[in-house]
Amino acid sequence: MRRIFTSALLLGGAATAATITLLNVSYDPTRELYQDINAAFAKQWQAKTGDTLKINASHGGSGAQARSVIDGLEADIVTLALAYDIDAIADKGLLPENWQKRLPYNSSPYTSTIVFLVRQGNPKGIKDWGDLIKPGVQVITPNPKTSGGARWNFLAAWGWAQKKYGGEAGAKDYVTKLFKNVPVLDSGARGSTTTFVERGIGDVLLAWENEALLATRELGVGKFQIIVPSVSILAEPPVTVVDKNAAKHGTAKVAQAYLQYLYTAEAQEIIAKNFYRPRSQDVATKYAAQFPKVNLFSIAQFGGWRAAQKKFFADGGVFDQVYSGR
Amino acid sequence: MTSRLSSGRPARRHILPGLNLTLGYTLLYLSVIVLIPLAALVLKAAGLGLDGFWAAINTPRVWSALRVSFLTALAASLVNLPIGLVIAWTLTRYRVPGRRLVDALIDLPFALPTAVAGITLTTLLSPNGWLGAPLLEAGLRVAYTPLGIIVALIFIGLPFVVRSLQPVLEDLGYEPEEAALSLGATPSQTFARVILPALYPALLSGFTLALARTIGEYGSVVFISGNLPFKTEIAPLLIVGKLEQYDYAGAAAVAVAMLVISVTLLLAANSAQARLGRRGQA
Amino acid sequence: MTTSKASVPQLRRTRLQRWWPTFMVTLTLILVGLLLVLPLLVVLITAFRSGVGPYLQALQTPDTLSALRLSLLTVLIVVPLNTVFGVSAAWATAKFDFPGRSLLLTLIDLPLAVSPVISGLVYVLLFGRQGWLGPWLEANDLKIIFAPAGIILATTFVTFSYVARELIPVMQAQGKDDEEAALTLGASGWQTFTRVTLPNIRWALLYGVIMCNARALGEFGAVSVVSGKIRGLTNTLPLHVEILYNEYQTVAAFAVASLLALFALLTLGLKALIESRTGHSHP
Repeated sequence: MRRIFTSALLLGGAATAATITLLNVSYDPTRELYQDINAAFAKQWQAKTGDTLKINASHGGSGAQARSVIDGLEADIVTLALAYDIDAIADKGLLPENWQKRLPYNSSPYTSTIVFLVRQGNPKGIKDWGDLIKPGVQVITPNPKTSGGARWNFLAAWGWAQKKYGGEAGAKDYVTKLFKNVPVLDSGARGSTTTFVERGIGDVLLAWENEALLATRELGVGKFQIIVPSVSILAEPPVTVVDKNAAKHGTAKVAQAYLQYLYTAEAQEIIAKNFYRPRSQDVATKYAAQFPKVNLFSIAQFGGWRAAQKKFFADGGVFDQVYSGR
Repeated sequence: MTSRLSSGRPARRHILPGLNLTLGYTLLYLSVIVLIPLAALVLKAAGLGLDGFWAAINTPRVWSALRVSFLTALAASLVNLPIGLVIAWTLTRYRVPGRRLVDALIDLPFALPTAVAGITLTTLLSPNGWLGAPLLEAGLRVAYTPLGIIVALIFIGLPFVVRSLQPVLEDLGYEPEEAALSLGATPSQTFARVILPALYPALLSGFTLALARTIGEYGSVVFISGNLPFKTEIAPLLIVGKLEQYDYAGAAAVAVAMLVISVTLLLAANSAQARLGRRGQA
Repeated sequence: MTTSKASVPQLRRTRLQRWWPTFMVTLTLILVGLLLVLPLLVVLITAFRSGVGPYLQALQTPDTLSALRLSLLTVLIVVPLNTVFGVSAAWATAKFDFPGRSLLLTLIDLPLAVSPVISGLVYVLLFGRQGWLGPWLEANDLKIIFAPAGIILATTFVTFSYVARELIPVMQAQGKDDEEAALTLGASGWQTFTRVTLPNIRWALLYGVIMCNARALGEFGAVSVVSGKIRGLTNTLPLHVEILYNEYQTVAAFAVASLLALFALLTLGLKALIESRTGHSHP
């Protein structure tokens, strides 16, 4: 009934027919994912309410995107690479401190992890983290100072080493050796993929699992293979509504619905198709072949993102020490 | 041709109209577009206090990045002087096949987004690139070394040198060298004693512009440099890194340090140019 | 002022001199070939890697067209602004002397020396939500950052010096005798400027405008800080290139990049046209 009414209004040229605009500010590798999600959700939303939904997207480095939102980019929704970046937005009062409790699974409707991408046939025989510090092995990773993905890489390596060598000193020694094998530190994850794939540099690329899968399926079929290390980190890219902006735009409801949609079976399927690990058990089972079992530890092991950021990546932190210790 | 300037400083009493209008507009526009925004930057850095400011920039990492940025820009701008002179000279004086096209190409580095320039040069110079592969055979690694940064900056800075020289070369004409040659000077003497001095201001101007532009270059360099701390990490990358940690004041501090270096360079170049100009007119 | 077409002295043509032009032309072509043509070739070859169809397709997507519109809008506003400023600044500083003149000259050059990253950042510090004017802008519902206004401002900053920088040395070298003569003969100030000064500085002015235009079209770093990168809304062509590249759409990215290179060539084509119209010729 309402739909007919709306159409009539549209035909009559009245301006009340609702065209709602949402802005989703996201990080780099999610472009393809959210293109699919946006189309599917807009269709569903129109069927349900009759309103035309236009979802604008902005992608970039996770930290840079969060900074844009802090500085006034009026995102209704943020979908970033790590919780620390959304914490930073919360610190400025744009959304409540407890944002991560508002949606299931720490507000992460999908997860990913860090894996190794090697050249076909694995000529250097890379099997686990320990192999990365062998002499003559070149490792490609972006710069943790400028890339969210690189921070997950770093913490994954650290987590493994801490367990293996039984302490901080051993872990630090390991990552120091690891970064001695890094010939190029690109500023972002996609830059690193290009360096590895197109420039032919390096023996191993430390990458988001979703990026590695994308690379093997779409960038160079038969040229690369994925090696899953014995343990890795559970990367939980979080999503949330930016309350203050959504209130201003009057989009709180649709923004909320958008994020809840991400947890539905339909969206979880899209998520899996885009190489992110779904939360839904059913979808996960269906795509089990795509996502090998990995022993995962979480960011909680480091006391959460705020603590990890401060300890490892802030100026003078562990990453800086690794380099200035030379 | 130059003698009419010999009165030196312009006379105090202005016959020409428009000083108040043009100067007023210049100052207003300068303030709105440049000075007020830069003041915001300096104020942000000043929020750290003197100690905080010093602490933010006085780290080995920052000094090393500033050094990399400065030295590679200096090297690239120096290399661009002879290259730019050869190109500008040839374009204004000789019959070059496809001169208009070659002339048009000079602006390419402006028009290509710096990121594209960076990606393109990396494609060419990486170990599997068209130039990179043969160069590597010859034992020369370009991409992901300081040399790669220099190549990118030569590309970025070239139009400044060529475009600074071209109008001057066009205006210079042939008279001075004809005079020198007819007075018995050899061509190389003529070049060294007559033409080159006339070009000094333009050369200096082109050099300074290229240096100033390349010292802060980011987009094209991040792709080719490899960004390794203490080796190929440039200062703007540190600024981006600090911003990534939401450390606005720290980023502003490094930015102000870069600004101070650039302003010093510009001041030095401008006063040198003023002196050269005066000597040229004497 | 016009170039003398009098024959280059035939006085002492040594063999070296005869070969000199050939040598210089060859050297120039090699240098231009290595430094400029080769990169351009890489752009073009990559752009056409999958054929003409995908190339044209990449240029016709709504996102590319909207980026093109924003880029052109930016250039159309920025270049005239900076040209008026450049002429005005050159008039004031080249024809007159006043206290603080050399400081002013340095300040005019200043934006050139500011890293593009910073050029964008300063406007964020000023107009951003946390910036000095942020609260006021928000209260009045004005948007500068993450909107076309911010992009135009950042581009203006980056290309601020180009016209002035080209004009000042030329106007200075020309002195003011011509203008003073015109004034004495009864011309108005404006007539003097348009009939005497402008013809004298036209080449420098043209170079300045061309440089300003090319740089305004190609600016990436500063704009990327203030744009917000909203697809179809606040992307300029250079930002769109980066976005496409990061989506692994290499062909599309380089197609758009080739469009920017084409613009550069077009501006210079325009310059050549003006040259032939005005009868200015090269030896």
